[in-house]
Amino acid sequence: MNMANLDGSILSLITFIPLGGALLLLLFPRRDRDIRVFALVVSLLAFVASLHLPAHFQRAQSTFQFQHDNVWIAHPNIHYHMGIDGISMWLIVLTTFLTPLCVLISWKSIHERVKEFFILLLILETALIGVFVSLDLFLFYFFWEATLIPMALLIGMYGHGRRVYAAVKFFLFTMIASVFMLAAILWLYARVGSFDFVTVQNAIRSGQVQDYSSAAIWLFLGFFIAFAVKVPLFPFHTWLPDAHVEAPTAGSVLLAGVLLKMGTYGMVRFNLGLFPEQSRHNAPWIMVLALIGIIYGALVAMVQPNLKKLIAYSSISHLGFVVLGIFSFTQIGLDGATYVMLAHGVSTGALFMLAGILYERKHTYEISEFGGLATPMPRYATFFLFIVLASVGLPLLNGFVGEFLVLSGAFQARAIYGILGATGVIWSACYLLWMYQRVFFGKVTHPSNQSLPDMNLRERAALWPAAAMALVMGVAPLLWLNAIDPSVQSVLAPFSQLASKVVGR
Amino acid sequence: MNPPLHLWLIPVLPLIGAAINGLFGKRFSRAAVSTVALLFCGAAFAMALWVVSQFPSLALPHTEFLATWIRAGTFQADFGFYLDQLSLVMLLVVTGVGFLIHIYSVGYMWEEGGFYRFFSYLNLFMFFMLTLVLAGNYLLMFIGWEGVGLASYLLIGFWFTKDSAAAAGKKAFIVNRIGDFGFLIALFLLIQHYGSLNFGTVFQSISPLSPETGGAGLLTAIALLLLVGACGKSAQIPLYVWLPDAMEGPTPVSALIHAATMVTAGVYMISRSHVIFERAPMALTVVAIIGILTALFAASIGVVQTDIKKVLAYSTISQLGYMFLACGVAAFSAGIFHLMTHAFFKGLLFLAAGSVIHGLGGEQDMRHMGGLRKKIPWTFWTMTAATFAIAGIPPFAGFFSKDEILWRAYQASWIYWAIGLFTAFLTSFYMFRLWFMTFFGEYRGDVENSHAHESHAGHSSDDHSLDDHHLDDSRAGAPAPHNHEHGHGGIHESPKVMLIPLVILAVLSICGGWIGVPGSLGGSNKFDKFLGPVFHVSTPDVNANSASSSEAAPPEKQTEGPEPKTGPATESIFTGISVAAGLFGLYLAWLLYLRRPQLPEQIAHTLAGFYNTVLHKYYVDEIYAALFVKPLVDGSRAVLWHGIDQGVIDAAVDGSADGARDVSDTMRHMQSGNVRSYAGWVAVGAAALIAYMIWVAR
Repeated sequence: MNMANLDGSILSLITFIPLGGALLLLLFPRRDRDIRVFALVVSLLAFVASLHLPAHFQRAQSTFQFQHDNVWIAHPNIHYHMGIDGISMWLIVLTTFLTPLCVLISWKSIHERVKEFFILLLILETALIGVFVSLDLFLFYFFWEATLIPMALLIGMYGHGRRVYAAVKFFLFTMIASVFMLAAILWLYARVGSFDFVTVQNAIRSGQVQDYSSAAIWLFLGFFIAFAVKVPLFPFHTWLPDAHVEAPTAGSVLLAGVLLKMGTYGMVRFNLGLFPEQSRHNAPWIMVLALIGIIYGALVAMVQPNLKKLIAYSSISHLGFVVLGIFSFTQIGLDGATYVMLAHGVSTGALFMLAGILYERKHTYEISEFGGLATPMPRYATFFLFIVLASVGLPLLNGFVGEFLVLSGAFQARAIYGILGATGVIWSACYLLWMYQRVFFGKVTHPSNQSLPDMNLRERAALWPAAAMALVMGVAPLLWLNAIDPSVQSVLAPFSQLASKVVGR
Repeated sequence: MNPPLHLWLIPVLPLIGAAINGLFGKRFSRAAVSTVALLFCGAAFAMALWVVSQFPSLALPHTEFLATWIRAGTFQADFGFYLDQLSLVMLLVVTGVGFLIHIYSVGYMWEEGGFYRFFSYLNLFMFFMLTLVLAGNYLLMFIGWEGVGLASYLLIGFWFTKDSAAAAGKKAFIVNRIGDFGFLIALFLLIQHYGSLNFGTVFQSISPLSPETGGAGLLTAIALLLLVGACGKSAQIPLYVWLPDAMEGPTPVSALIHAATMVTAGVYMISRSHVIFERAPMALTVVAIIGILTALFAASIGVVQTDIKKVLAYSTISQLGYMFLACGVAAFSAGIFHLMTHAFFKGLLFLAAGSVIHGLGGEQDMRHMGGLRKKIPWTFWTMTAATFAIAGIPPFAGFFSKDEILWRAYQASWIYWAIGLFTAFLTSFYMFRLWFMTFFGEYRGDVENSHAHESHAGHSSDDHSLDDHHLDDSRAGAPAPHNHEHGHGGIHESPKVMLIPLVILAVLSICGGWIGVPGSLGGSNKFDKFLGPVFHVSTPDVNANSASSSEAAPPEKQTEGPEPKTGPATESIFTGISVAAGLFGLYLAWLLYLRRPQLPEQIAHTLAGFYNTVLHKYYVDEIYAALFVKPLVDGSRAVLWHGIDQGVIDAAVDGSADGARDVSDTMRHMQSGNVRSYAGWVAVGAAALIAYMIWVAR
């Protein structure tokens, strides 16, 4: 096959493989086993296809790559414009990496409406990838909203007790916040006449946009609110614990692993990319919110009686690190922020899978229902500990690299940010190790837990890749950072005056 | 250019052992597990010896680069290694003592569940500790630093079905994390100001600077933050609280990690960073004060403990305080000297204590011991060597190193010396108290009658670990899992595999100090001379700062090697005094615990208030719990979670999100046409979603 051709269409291919699979699934008879196998094959196919990207990505080049630009709708001027840089590339690979694991972990736990479940899962995957490949504001917005429906349905149809409440809360929170982004996008279109990201960016940078100076702050906030709710940044976070607690395991994995990163990715791409002045101007209070998120999320996580809520609040804490790194406007901080996004996707995804394994056996997430589980489930306990260690940021595992870079960047931006953020290393050890102790150590507290089966082969197959990835990302971060670094550099180019001042030698 | 030594292999060898045992050990026999563990640990030791043989031909410091670990912007951190006299000493201590303790563990842990898990963790510890020691930059050092913390967590909580062990492991990790927080901030400062964390680069940038006198500057800040990290790892005030609890771990772990190696990492780190500390006199003073206070404080608690391991734990904290004191008066090589001899005698003390505990089937309370010297003679004699060493009786190893510290401390300030001397007396007293209570007098326990192994090392036979579940040895036959091959009936000496390390360490405890005999005693302090190049090269130009006559920046600094202004005669007098203090401790212990054993109780009775305070370790754990832990947990629950999260934010949200219609109604009043139609879609979408879900689900 001609390489150049493939390069032009590879992004479309990756994006729509899952959707194509979902459409084919529609035609399938309701034979659950076949459906599962097919979903697994499709998701693996998307993963393999996505590996084309890092294999052929030009690391020295900082412009968008694998671009594809066609007119989609002439009026209004909407383009089907796709392209990636080193930041979005890894988020795509993260998505395709997690989806097969989601299929595996849902194998047995989903036993009703199996077909719909996997259709929704694959549609969700397409929408998520679409968010990261879109370089047209409208296309981006389309995929952005498209993630909502399958996710809300996954929560609402396959969730637990209060699933409808959680689904609606999730849907409304993020949908309402998106209104502001849509307004900002439409305003820009009205002035620039294009939805194309690069065109809009150039127009803004060259000062050709009418009324821009007075509107800029509102535009910035329009985008920012949509993203902040998605991240979620304190105080917009309360939808997340509810959504997680009710969501089926696969939904939680993709929600925490990828969906939240749409928010932080959006901040990097659009807030920093389109409104550097406003980003810098508003950074102080955003950093403060991020710091509150780090500390507050961790402290509230510490006192959760529910395992899944604990992990959910820990996500709020970790995503605080990402935002902190982004708005430090330092190379090292933004590199780290990107790395935390990836690392958190892997380790928190794995944590939710582990929580799901327990739920399948006990039908509860209450920590008090467990205790002493290391005795009946040694393998499970080992996997769990490994992922917990990754999550507390133990060096040589994935969490450390990103957190270290973020905090170092934040410290350079302003020492107190780095110092307060670094207390996170203490809090994360507190809530995770305390939880681990209560779940796994001591004597088995409930006699019925005495006979809990350990992880089976399928569950191990779902966890091994995540654990291995956590280790590789910790030992050889350059595999990722090499591509991230130049892209971050070009994102920060408009900030160069500031950056050169703080990064300094 | 130096020939490559492939230093990276030294830490990686034990890592391979850890991986093999960790992944496949469950299926191995105990013999196979111990072979793997000993092989890889021994290989690291052998390689360390080989490095010694190559050492004379090296240009120092010898650095090696393996690969780049992190690169972000202008910041870069490598897997790079750094070998000089200081890391060589540490390398030998860690691999040598580590290997001996590995051997000992084979015997000690033989009947325990989770045998492979234990050795996997132990090898993993070696990997991280050797990384820490050989690291060529602060970030790699930090890997080792956190990694030994992990190994410590795993090994303290080895008997995890015991709640106290699990809690102790967690406590150790969290308290260490508080220290690591300081370490991290120090790294951020270094990156910000020197753009690198490589030892070479950082020290080169700092060497030309003169000491920060008359106030705190950047270097003082860095040094103090590093000190926070060191206080965590080396269990100094105020972060020492985790170490006594860490005695929940198996005794070989206490010997290796919580006495000989890991806890000395703080001393190593400060010595490694001496270029920074020497230029931060205020920070040095703080190091010295923390050190001397910790030494005294911990020793006083050690006097009243009755658990044999707890005595040794507080003793370790106290001895680490001496090492900090040495660093604080810029006598780094004296600190490292004591670090080394301490590794010998304190490692031995723990191993011998383990042998006692082993022989008594798990008894740790000294009140139930006594008269054991005839029954376990090998243990007795080796422990005697170690006791005399730590008590500072010549010519045992501890005498030389402690004496050097006291002498150097005196030159900085007589107060340091006086407190240090009193602590030396206390040390001698509580150690001989332990010695008399354990080995002399009448046996006060009841092991002779029933040697119940289910209480071995304080945990019951049902408690065993993870993997026993998978091992074939059935748990049905009740006493089976913990059956000593030599177990039934009575106090017994430990097997050879445990005694050989004891004997080797005993020899080292006796002779180990002879390489550092000071000039005043007719020696030439070879040890100090050997380390000289590390600590001399970059000593700041004191003459430029002769104005700074503060105690904290002792002008004796440049006199690591040559003897200071005060003559050898004076030094001999001081030596005499400290020996007298040690002997007085011995006498008092003999008087109180052998001659008139009813006296201690009377004293405790008369001084009840003070005695109880000390017995309860000055209530520090209780104070920390009341000041930090409880407010944090309760506050998080009541204020943050129930208050803000549920009470404020969610209440507001639920109020508006009760139904999709309320929200969409609000939005319909918005001005923009786009937004209005959009809001309509939200309402329709939400309604459709809910309808669909209800339709499908019901």
